[in-house]
Amino acid sequence: MSTTYLIKNVRVLGGEPTDLLLRDGVIADLGGRAASASERIETIDATGLIALPGLVDLHTHLREPGREDAETVETGTRAAAMGGFTAVHAMANTEPVADTAGVVEQVWRLGREAGFCDVYPVGAVTVGLQGEKLAELGAMADSAARVRVFSDDGKCVSDAVLMRRALEYVKAFDGVIAQHAQEPRLTEGAQMNEGELSGKLGLTGWPAVAEEAIIARDCLLAAHVGSRLHVCHVSTAGSVEIVRDAKRKGWDVTAEACPHHLILTDELAATYDPIYKVNPPLRTAADVEALRAGLADGTIDIVATDHAPHPHEDKDCEWAAAAFGMLGLETALSIVQATMVDPGLLDWAGVAERMSFAPARIGRVADHGRPIEVGEPANVVLYDPAARRTVDPTESASLSRNTPYRGMELPGRVVATFLRGRPTVLDGALV
Amino acid sequence: MVLDARDITRALTRISHEILERNKGADDLVLLGIPSRGVPLAERIAERIASVEGYDVPVGSLDVTMYRDDLRMKPARALLPTKLPPGGIDGRTVVLVDDVLFSGRTIRAALDALNDIGRPRAVRLAVLVDRGHRELPIRADFVGKNLPTSLVERVKVTLAGVDDADAVTIFGEVAS
Amino acid sequence: MKRHLLSAGDLTRDDAELILSTAAELRELADRPIKKLPALRGRTVVNLFFEDSTRTRISFEAAAKRLSADVINFAAKGSSLSKGESLKDTALTLEAMGADAVVVRHGASGAPHLLANSGWVRSSVVNAGDGTHEHPTQALLDAFTMWRHLGESKPGGLEGRRIAIVGDVLHSRVARSNALLLNTLGAEVTLVAPPTLMPVGIESWPVQTSYDLDTVIPKADAVMMLRVQRERMQGGFFPTAREYSRRYGLDGRRMATLQDHTIVMHPGPMVRGMEITADVADSSRSVIVEQVTNGVAVRMAVLYLLLGGSEPAVGGEE
Repeated sequence: MSTTYLIKNVRVLGGEPTDLLLRDGVIADLGGRAASASERIETIDATGLIALPGLVDLHTHLREPGREDAETVETGTRAAAMGGFTAVHAMANTEPVADTAGVVEQVWRLGREAGFCDVYPVGAVTVGLQGEKLAELGAMADSAARVRVFSDDGKCVSDAVLMRRALEYVKAFDGVIAQHAQEPRLTEGAQMNEGELSGKLGLTGWPAVAEEAIIARDCLLAAHVGSRLHVCHVSTAGSVEIVRDAKRKGWDVTAEACPHHLILTDELAATYDPIYKVNPPLRTAADVEALRAGLADGTIDIVATDHAPHPHEDKDCEWAAAAFGMLGLETALSIVQATMVDPGLLDWAGVAERMSFAPARIGRVADHGRPIEVGEPANVVLYDPAARRTVDPTESASLSRNTPYRGMELPGRVVATFLRGRPTVLDGALV
Repeated sequence: MVLDARDITRALTRISHEILERNKGADDLVLLGIPSRGVPLAERIAERIASVEGYDVPVGSLDVTMYRDDLRMKPARALLPTKLPPGGIDGRTVVLVDDVLFSGRTIRAALDALNDIGRPRAVRLAVLVDRGHRELPIRADFVGKNLPTSLVERVKVTLAGVDDADAVTIFGEVAS
Repeated sequence: MKRHLLSAGDLTRDDAELILSTAAELRELADRPIKKLPALRGRTVVNLFFEDSTRTRISFEAAAKRLSADVINFAAKGSSLSKGESLKDTALTLEAMGADAVVVRHGASGAPHLLANSGWVRSSVVNAGDGTHEHPTQALLDAFTMWRHLGESKPGGLEGRRIAIVGDVLHSRVARSNALLLNTLGAEVTLVAPPTLMPVGIESWPVQTSYDLDTVIPKADAVMMLRVQRERMQGGFFPTAREYSRRYGLDGRRMATLQDHTIVMHPGPMVRGMEITADVADSSRSVIVEQVTNGVAVRMAVLYLLLGGSEPAVGGEE
């Protein structure tokens, strides 16, 4: 029989202090004293802590199968738990690619075995991410992994006909296409945001228009065929504007922003340190402002980490030779606090919406992203917004160390994460 | 001040005569000043030789910076001009001209530098002031003034044209 | 502490003038029977070339040898981008050999910067051309050549001189370094290229730009033609080589519009018939061969000022 937890004086979504009782995988009581004298109860003094619904990441790279030197499902979900996540969507660009029921079921099963958070595999849209032929989307949807999110992330489904067919096809099982918006011809050899700095540094530019052109096209396609579209890692002011316009027209378009795009800018490329190399690239301060505003007003529905682990040697080299991507799971909530909550752009209820409720809705995940109410699954994170910490890559639960926040002081700390009433993190450490 | 403008003029005139006597005339002579103040001294000696002999002795400059034995003891220094007379130095009698002879290390460097630019018949040394304290087996052939000094003192040569006026001054410990 | 030469932008006016005046003294060496100075005796200079560039490598090699340094040539061609780790491993090897300076040519922009800041080596790093970023010693030798023909007696004084740099600015490390250095030295630089070969954000560079060669060159004191690689045609940057030559090539007709004192430069290797015609390249205005001679003197000056003393006298911080 599992332990019952009584969390005392916790501020649910930043509200008034109350008590929370987690028993048998569900929230058994809120504010009252439903604990019976006979049961074994662990009491947690949560004075000063905030309770949020377990976070849901719609965009994680767990690298398994194929790149177990960078991350495994186990290490990636450990990092997720440390970051307050109870569910993550594992992107399909593994080796082999998650483009069949077999591979997605393998990832799903590995997630269950690791037990640190629920893993929802994302299925590839096209066979081998080649952008030529639809993968067996239905088989993945019908598999034990019950895939609902499909993406060629890392690559763009650039062929307009293929994208149209994918958008149409997934309607049969209420799926969604999560598009990595990058016009391939406009970004050949691209290394960093195209702008003043790319010209000076002699690094091939990744122009904003290469993202915006695809998003505009996809919004029009989604509207035309009446499908759901999700836009991955929106990074430019222009993209925010396009998504805002699509929503105003009532189209079924959702969008995500990554924590690093909310805080870091392209100026960091001047160091030539590939730790700052990411795709889409870090953009300008004006883009960062627009993303924050878009996230505040709901144009951007969710924060997704694009957690992209890479082994040391793939970052310890020339910029052009280095891999794209940065870690994100363990720092996401702190970055959102620093960029959205502390400046007053978002309250904690808003954080719950952007990092739990909305991503669960988009991913059609039933048991996550639920309100903190009696009878709901006990997926809860306890967060101390008053704490400060300096990021030390060597302390990461991820197998990789490629965090761009090394040495930065960030606000907040995940104190505990509960997955169906069982702690995966307690006192800031993995259980 | 130990030498004023008139003392310096007299010393250079005497050196000029001694050079001519020793060389038995001005033929095949080349004067190479060591920058910075050896160069105007060499030019003045050449003027005097010209007024006595009616012959223009070739004058050049020889920078010794890269040959100094203390090159690595300070940040890299700017180079000073090396200008060789059009006739070169091969087979000539080269008179090196410097303002102060002290440890002898500058002259050692100058001899090495000369070695890389040609083969003179003979090399002589003329200095305005010899203040002693040699650290190498080097001596001057022509000396304007022997100036016994203590190691803590500093000898400063100023020359009109480069500086305000001609003078040789000794600064004591306090003044430096 | 100043240790490296990574970007022409790292050089202050004082730094640049010191390098150019030092180069002026060292250039005399070329006319002497013994072309050798002892300043870098016992120092080791490694030429680390990840890209083929015989002329730049030979120039650095001659410079180092004339200063009596020991020279190790390390050609790591073909291993540049495919396997990035080789830069690190190579650097560690060089460090173990005790190199005092690493002269690095690399196809990846920023590779010398990485080498200097990675902690892999303790030696000075001299950028001998990185990707489409910079080539600071080329800019120094160009400025030196201009100064000798156009300048005042003061080292590097190019105040108000008009320099036109023409061609593939987008991919040119020579153009980037020259724009920075010539601006530092007070010259007025105009970059001339078709719009497709102008970098995004060029408005922020300390230069003027033009798409029209014919209006720029009659006012120029020096015209520097950049190499245009025929591969750029595959990238669709311009329709045909013939059209490029017609609009942006320097031929006899255009040369006739230059002022009497105007010099013609090219960093080499030239594509004769593409950006410059043979009669221009071989004309009396052309200082292209002199640029090569000056390159050795300028690189000697850089190596001497970085390695000759107890600490470097010029260069970037860190």
